[in-house]
Amino acid sequence: MSKRLLSLAKVQQQAVDTGRTRLLVGAALMTLAFGAVGFRVVDVAVFGAGEPKRAHGQSEVVAARADIVDRNGLILATNLKTPSLYANPKQVIDPARTARDLVRLLPDLDPIETQRKLTADSQFVWIKRDLTPRKMAEINNAGLPGIHFQDEERRIYPQGQIAGHVIGYTDIDGKGIAGLEKSQNLALTTSERPARLSIDIRLQHLLRLELSKAIDEFKGIGGAGTIMDVRTGEILAMTSLPDFDPNHPGDMAEEAKFNRASLGVYELGSTFKIFNTAMALETGVATMRSGYDASQPIRVSRFRIRDYRGKNRWLSVPEIFMYSSNIGSAKMAMDVGTEGQIDFLKRLGMMEKVGIELPERGAPLTPQTWRDINTMTIAFGHGISVSPLHLVAGVGAMVNGGILRRPTLLAQETDAPAPGTRVIGEGVSENIRKLLRLVVENGTGRNASAAGYLVGGKTGTAEKATARGYARKSLISSFVAAFPLHEPRYVIFAMVDEPKGNKRTFGYATGGWVAAPVIKSVIERMGPMLGIPAVDEDSPEIRRALAVEDAGLTDQKRKKRDASF
Amino acid sequence: MSIPASVIPRSDTSLVGRWWWTVDRWLLMAILVIVAFGALMTLAASPSVAERIGLDGFHFARRHAIMLIPALALMFIISLMDVRTVRRLAVLGFFLSLVAMAAVLVIGSEIKGAKRWIDLGVISLQPSEFLKPTFAVFTAWMFSLWRTERDFPGHHLATAFFALALLLLLAQPDIGQAFVLTAIFGAQYFLAGLPLAIVVALILLGIAGMVGAYFTFDHVASRIDRFLDPQSGDSYQVDRSLEAFANGGLLGTGPGEGVVKNRIPDVHADFVFAVAGEELGALVCLVVVALFAFVVLRGMARLMAERDLFVLIAGTGLFLQFGLQTLVNLGSTLRMLPTKGMTLPFVSYGGSSLLAVALTMGIALALTRKRQGTGGTA
Repeated sequence: MSKRLLSLAKVQQQAVDTGRTRLLVGAALMTLAFGAVGFRVVDVAVFGAGEPKRAHGQSEVVAARADIVDRNGLILATNLKTPSLYANPKQVIDPARTARDLVRLLPDLDPIETQRKLTADSQFVWIKRDLTPRKMAEINNAGLPGIHFQDEERRIYPQGQIAGHVIGYTDIDGKGIAGLEKSQNLALTTSERPARLSIDIRLQHLLRLELSKAIDEFKGIGGAGTIMDVRTGEILAMTSLPDFDPNHPGDMAEEAKFNRASLGVYELGSTFKIFNTAMALETGVATMRSGYDASQPIRVSRFRIRDYRGKNRWLSVPEIFMYSSNIGSAKMAMDVGTEGQIDFLKRLGMMEKVGIELPERGAPLTPQTWRDINTMTIAFGHGISVSPLHLVAGVGAMVNGGILRRPTLLAQETDAPAPGTRVIGEGVSENIRKLLRLVVENGTGRNASAAGYLVGGKTGTAEKATARGYARKSLISSFVAAFPLHEPRYVIFAMVDEPKGNKRTFGYATGGWVAAPVIKSVIERMGPMLGIPAVDEDSPEIRRALAVEDAGLTDQKRKKRDASF
Repeated sequence: MSIPASVIPRSDTSLVGRWWWTVDRWLLMAILVIVAFGALMTLAASPSVAERIGLDGFHFARRHAIMLIPALALMFIISLMDVRTVRRLAVLGFFLSLVAMAAVLVIGSEIKGAKRWIDLGVISLQPSEFLKPTFAVFTAWMFSLWRTERDFPGHHLATAFFALALLLLLAQPDIGQAFVLTAIFGAQYFLAGLPLAIVVALILLGIAGMVGAYFTFDHVASRIDRFLDPQSGDSYQVDRSLEAFANGGLLGTGPGEGVVKNRIPDVHADFVFAVAGEELGALVCLVVVALFAFVVLRGMARLMAERDLFVLIAGTGLFLQFGLQTLVNLGSTLRMLPTKGMTLPFVSYGGSSLLAVALTMGIALALTRKRQGTGGTA
């Protein structure tokens, strides 16, 4: 008996000893925990550790999205803190009354839908997002139980429509879903530094304004325009009309969302003769002094290639360019050959999407089987569809000394020439500049001549392809220009979709009548804006530098052409 | 001993006389300082809340002061009792609490989406608050019987009642209390001699779990948070709380001078420590943290010399509960833990929690009194 008691006492003693030892562990943990709280107090109160952190790429919390600014730092997209209204139906006492009060304060709410939300079996339903502080105060004053606000960041675009296509927009959760907002989504959400664009909002506004005037005047269905710096590839302005206000992405028409400048691909017509002539000069099949017989239309199987207001005689290469001869261009292309043409267009980037920072990029349409007839029509810009951006990038390479640069919408660190690929020699590029100048001085591009800025360019008037061949009355009228030609810096493109001729233009709706004046007005105001010095276009140095020796122009011929213009 | 002992002569053998000479006076002092601090903080924190909901400015401060009287009386009376009486009352209280918690699910009033309260007219009681201390005593009894009586399955009984209490808490739902209850139960089982192999296995399991959670943390944490508390996305109170600490700095803005406190809805209850942070500064806050730590560690140190297994386990459970409740409150105020709506013992406004914590400390004081021999284990 006593032995049993003794052993029991021993067991008890052991159990108590174990308990005591183990209690030490508990006490140690408690000490650590209280120590941690003490450290945290000092950390928060003295070292400011409590400042809200913005974790990178955090998706649960709407982190502040970086601003987007233009090249001069002007804000194009920023955030505004707005209250969003939600309800906790579990806390709503009288759903019917609450719904009535909410609809009274926010008339665009649907009464039945609102009441349904307030009776939902959940603890969180959005009622309406992005309210004004005034509405928030009114709703708070109504004192409705179960109705709460949460701060949200709303994206706003102070410039409205002006650069809508370029900037794009975000969805209601602040995720980029179009334009640069989409392509730069990662950078905008992980960096606090604003994204600085190559866009100059002044030029953007100017280009958009002039283009929309032209569309109005010629009753076009739309248009596109672009200004690029040929030394860096920076896009200074890019517009597509109709456009939209990214502040209200829900209100826009589908038609307005279409970016004609980068996503739309078109047969751009005679502007392609720039590439065709450069190709012929570069491969050596033609020189500035050689020429072709353009007296007879070319017949290939059932097709007939003719000239618009043709000269019906032998034409020199500069004349073919200046008079925009389809026959001469086609013959030039045939001399280079199909392989050579494909190769050249490939190097110019005309066979793939442009590498610009936009999700909305159009893939070119090229012939599936490349026959002679394709080679010939592509020489004057039919049978291949590219985006205006393709054209601008290509023309940039034609005039800047022969370097193709990737167009970009992000401002570059320096204005030193950006790296690129050589596509033609410097000599050929110089000749192309002379030819472009010739068109503006004496040819179809005279309406683009902004005095003092040495503008050169080429018109393009293409009939739109339909299912049943080409539509005579539906045109794509464009003009692509470069200036100042003695030191080429900018390429400008303007295009009007389906313009209709009017009295002032004697019924014409060609690129020379419709698009060239846009270029002229833009350059006339862009020059002073960017501080580009105007030059005396008739000074002997400049004349010599840009003169084409064998343009075949006599005074008499010039007079004759003027009469027909 | 620095506490004036001359008030009551050592020879006084009355109930109170014996109490004075056997109770842990350091512990008592620390608790009373915390109570005084709490009264001061309620005075500073509650006017803005009271005025916001259209009550007289000192409504909450006055109610808090009034509630202190029964609370302190309860603590005093319980601490007068001997171990056996305390245990009997606590076990009775435990079963009453269980019944009340079951009843709450049926007749309870719903506040903020959870059924936790029984409305008694004058005050509304939260039975789960009284469950925690009585549970700690009950399980300690079971565990000590398991170790000291042959063939008594005390640990199984303790586990069964733990499971029942946990279920009732999760049904309310009250995740914070469930967490504290689990911690108490685990610690008591550990103390009572849970085999080391199982302890090691549980630790390894915990480490594996944390490593696993690390890789999927963001996702898992956010999902779990949303499941447990749909409003956890709203960090408004905690953000303001941290702002209050930052505004207070090292020395504080001075009593009554806080401004951030006016924008914290629950500042008189769960976020009262933020007021201390703003008005009294980090240094005073450190003193307060030290005071709470002192209560817990002093209690545990006392228990370390204990020869009665029941007292050892029960006392640990009670001090652990006090410590955890403090840590969870301070932790959520300082955004070290998710907000779980737990009060700061003796400081936060709230009648139910004040009475419950007085009960906890009353039992703890009774158990830590000096006794003859091994005490009254039956």
